Amino acid sequence: MAFFKVISGAALAVALAAPALAQDMNAVQARQGQFKLYGHNLAVLGGMAQGRMDYDAEMAQTAADNMFHLTRHDQSRLWPEGTDSSAIMETRAKAEIWENLDDFTAKFVALQEATAALQGVAGNGLDALRPAVGAMGATCGACHEVYREES
Amino acid sequence: MNRIGALLLGLGTAAVAVGWYITQPVGLPETVSERLTGDALAGERIFLAGGCASCHMGTEDDADPKLLRGGAEFVTQFGTFYAPNISPDPEHGIGGWTQAQFMDAVMRGVSPEGQHYYPAFPYTSYAKADPQDIADLYAYMQTLPADATPSRAHDLGFPFNIRRSLGVWKALYMDRDWVVTGDLTAQESEGRYLAEALAHCAECHTPRDALGGLDTGAWLTGAPNPSGSGRIPAIAGDEFTWTAFDISAYLETGFTPSFDVAGGSMAKVIANLGQLEKSELDAIAAYILRAGQR
Repeated sequence: MAFFKVISGAALAVALAAPALAQDMNAVQARQGQFKLYGHNLAVLGGMAQGRMDYDAEMAQTAADNMFHLTRHDQSRLWPEGTDSSAIMETRAKAEIWENLDDFTAKFVALQEATAALQGVAGNGLDALRPAVGAMGATCGACHEVYREES
Repeated sequence: MNRIGALLLGLGTAAVAVGWYITQPVGLPETVSERLTGDALAGERIFLAGGCASCHMGTEDDADPKLLRGGAEFVTQFGTFYAPNISPDPEHGIGGWTQAQFMDAVMRGVSPEGQHYYPAFPYTSYAKADPQDIADLYAYMQTLPADATPSRAHDLGFPFNIRRSLGVWKALYMDRDWVVTGDLTAQESEGRYLAEALAHCAECHTPRDALGGLDTGAWLTGAPNPSGSGRIPAIAGDEFTWTAFDISAYLETGFTPSFDVAGGSMAKVIANLGQLEKSELDAIAAYILRAGQR
């Protein structure tokens, strides 16, 4: 019966690796959508900072306003426990987020502060925009460095 | 003892002697350091390009990249390495080192005590540097703040804990010739110097063989991440599609062409490398694209 035991063991393993709960997947997809919207606005802000497109005060200000408001979206339902990369294949969010929620939150607050600073200067010319975009990017990187899996 | 026994003993002794000879740590010729005077101001650029702080700064979130107290851990198949304190503290750092000792360490992987360093310290890359640049680096690093944090001993299993065996490793892998050769433009050559001798991109972006030597035939084509999940991305080969503009802009700002932001070890690399002149980042970009044509 050793063979049967192997089979049932395999079946058990499959059952344990069952798909994540639907509501958890909704949260994962929603927060990924949030990051996609960050990227959509960074294409303007970073694009101008990198010289991929000409500086345009109105476009820069709009994108900076968006970043300000997007980072004020309440996060409390976006990060349910158990939605880390060890449980869900589609996410790169490390389990360490939930082990260090205070630090994770502090890093998010740093992003909020950076978007506020950016919003204040985005329309004041390229020389004002570039360091503010860089400072905001640094807050993104600080979190990715610790809490995001390498792709 | 019969003649054959005596012969075997003689041969065995000779083999041990040869082994002892080829594994002995050898520094730079003494005359190299003697004729050089370091310029601390010029050394800052070498410090940024060489990425010293990426590994040797403290591990706390708000660590000062100029306070080189060490402590970062590097998990590898050979064991765990801990970045040592290389601040100018005379007891726990390198404050008591002479310029010649510093140059032996950086360019030959030999400690002031005459022992081999492990190649987690990328002296195989720095060996290609202009000695004047390393003398400048020495002068610059003496101006940084001292810290009395003791260095932590590496945690390695047998036989990797025998430093003398690194003499064999060096004989196999320490090659001071450029990897990317041929008819390079001036810009590509500048980039090659920055990338191969100082920034040591290949140390992470090139796969290693079973003994930990870089596979120069697969230069910059990506590698498993030794201390974590995922892969260190390819920056050469078919799957790498960035332009020179993309590479240079990324090194400067940390934004990828799709406006993702670097994380992981690369965030620390960019924090330093991004402070170089834009023309130098452009040169690195030109070199990386050239390396991809090999």
